[in-house]
Amino acid sequence: MSGRRLNLGLVTGGALVGVVVAAALVSFVWTPHDPTLVDAAGKLREPGGGYLLGADKFGRDTLSQLMVGARTTLYVGVVAVGIAAVVGTPLGVAAGMAPRSRGWLSELIMRVNDLVFAFPALLLAVMLGAVYGAGTLTAMIAIGVATVPAFARVARAATMQVMVTDYVLAARAAGRRGPAIAMRHVLPNIGSLLIVQASVSFAIAILAEAALSFLGFGTRPPTPSWGRMLQESQELLFSTPRLALWPGLAIALAVLGFNLLGDGLRDHLDPKLRSARGQEEPC
Amino acid sequence: MIVYLLKRLAVLLASVAAAGVAVFAFMAVLPGDPAEIALGVNATPEAVAELRARFGTDRPPVTQFLDWFGGLAHGDFGTSYVTSSPIGPQIADRLGVTVVLVLGGMVVALLVAVPAGTFAAVHHRDPLGAAISAASQVGIAIPAFLAGILLVFVFAVKAQALPSGGYVPIADDPAEWLRSLLLPWLSLGLVQGAVLTRYVRSAVLDVMREDYLRTARAKGRGRMGALWRHGLRNASIPVVTVLGLQLATLLIGAVVVERVFVIPGLGDLLLNGVAGRDLLLVQGVVMVLVAAVLLINFVVDVCYAVLDPRLRGAR
Repeated sequence: MSGRRLNLGLVTGGALVGVVVAAALVSFVWTPHDPTLVDAAGKLREPGGGYLLGADKFGRDTLSQLMVGARTTLYVGVVAVGIAAVVGTPLGVAAGMAPRSRGWLSELIMRVNDLVFAFPALLLAVMLGAVYGAGTLTAMIAIGVATVPAFARVARAATMQVMVTDYVLAARAAGRRGPAIAMRHVLPNIGSLLIVQASVSFAIAILAEAALSFLGFGTRPPTPSWGRMLQESQELLFSTPRLALWPGLAIALAVLGFNLLGDGLRDHLDPKLRSARGQEEPC
Repeated sequence: MIVYLLKRLAVLLASVAAAGVAVFAFMAVLPGDPAEIALGVNATPEAVAELRARFGTDRPPVTQFLDWFGGLAHGDFGTSYVTSSPIGPQIADRLGVTVVLVLGGMVVALLVAVPAGTFAAVHHRDPLGAAISAASQVGIAIPAFLAGILLVFVFAVKAQALPSGGYVPIADDPAEWLRSLLLPWLSLGLVQGAVLTRYVRSAVLDVMREDYLRTARAKGRGRMGALWRHGLRNASIPVVTVLGLQLATLLIGAVVVERVFVIPGLGDLLLNGVAGRDLLLVQGVVMVLVAAVLLINFVVDVCYAVLDPRLRGAR
């Protein structure tokens, strides 16, 4: 692919993510209407006259709900990816740095990792929901824990590449200890890969959050979320399909944005490492 | 090969056992006493003790676990604390529906991805190839349940050609069975097909750059002929890996798609179990799904070794 087209992906992705972030930020200070205000008179109001995208079966303004929904999506994504990065990165670096004499450590970490990998976010969220009751917190934890293996794998693979470089050998010869090498040499060198992984994981987290809200295992009403907007719109698909259109479009564009951003960043930051990205799946 | 197979099998069994411990610890030890929950706050201690003895929850956790996990091996998932009916037969009933749903989705994904990915690779310099890549990028961004809603809108609401939901057992009416599964298959398969298209494209692109393919072309084979004869097996290695991962994804996607189309599969059973606070049922279904994911990973590893003998040495 030519450099120009890849930049196009980066710019498009950045713009889409920018729109979602802007919508979420603006929703803190202003939305066209109160997104949770139930208004029987405005039930299924058609678009127009202050209600740009119309209203749902409870008369709640669709645009306002979408904006606050962006906030929910980003909130869940940031916390979930944060959990995954904070837990997964040290584990992966430790596994990647473990000397051969401590191969069991690396083995143990990666085995546990494989085990967690067998528990997709949806199952974790359902288990957490069954025991503690579903909500934003259980959804974030479930998505975060399910994403840990992706970070650990990427961090481990990248760390192993860094560990055989001359500058790490030099640092070891100079007597630097493991943690110092990790902070000074490993982390700065695997940082760009982790940023790419964060962007891709964010897209997956959005998909997972939407699926969980759709099933009723995510953010609880009345807080708007895109997944639940879709779920509520399903019964009205025959009469008012636009109610499904907007949240559906929002989810797809946000995911597309983070995916393009991740791909673009990968090519931009380190063209050599194009195939080193972790493999995961959306719900 | 035999040694490799046995080693992988041992890892599989150990993983299933570890997953069993994890699920049991989380679902059965943490949430409190099912006997107290079943009887409510006004129950006498004697009644609770009696029910506890009947459930078997008065025994030490390790005994309970061994009993539950040992039962799984011959399909005994225990008896629901809520409905008092055995869980195993319910899971067996629903499993068939979900398996059909997942395999159908996989077939759709392959039917989309193999031609589209190969075409995009062969035409990677044309606008048409780029258009397919762009389309797959958009497809990846659409979750299966959203695809389901879109398909319902097009084929059930607008064209009124297919049912918007529901399920007809194949024994009742094969034609209606097919019609009831067509949209669910498409919703799962089209999205996964979009993901798979990217991998097929890059796998075929890699193969096209190989010397042996150039040799085949130089010897007078056409582009597709050379690909078919020399490229297929080599391109299939990365694709099979992704396929396996996707099978696991499809299994989980099916949980959501079953909800969209009101199909009585495992996902439906799982969500009903949560709604009814039937923890032992949830525990059983989760275990089946996790074991299925682990089994799929095992099969992928084995396929991998069959396709590429060089990988057998790797763990």
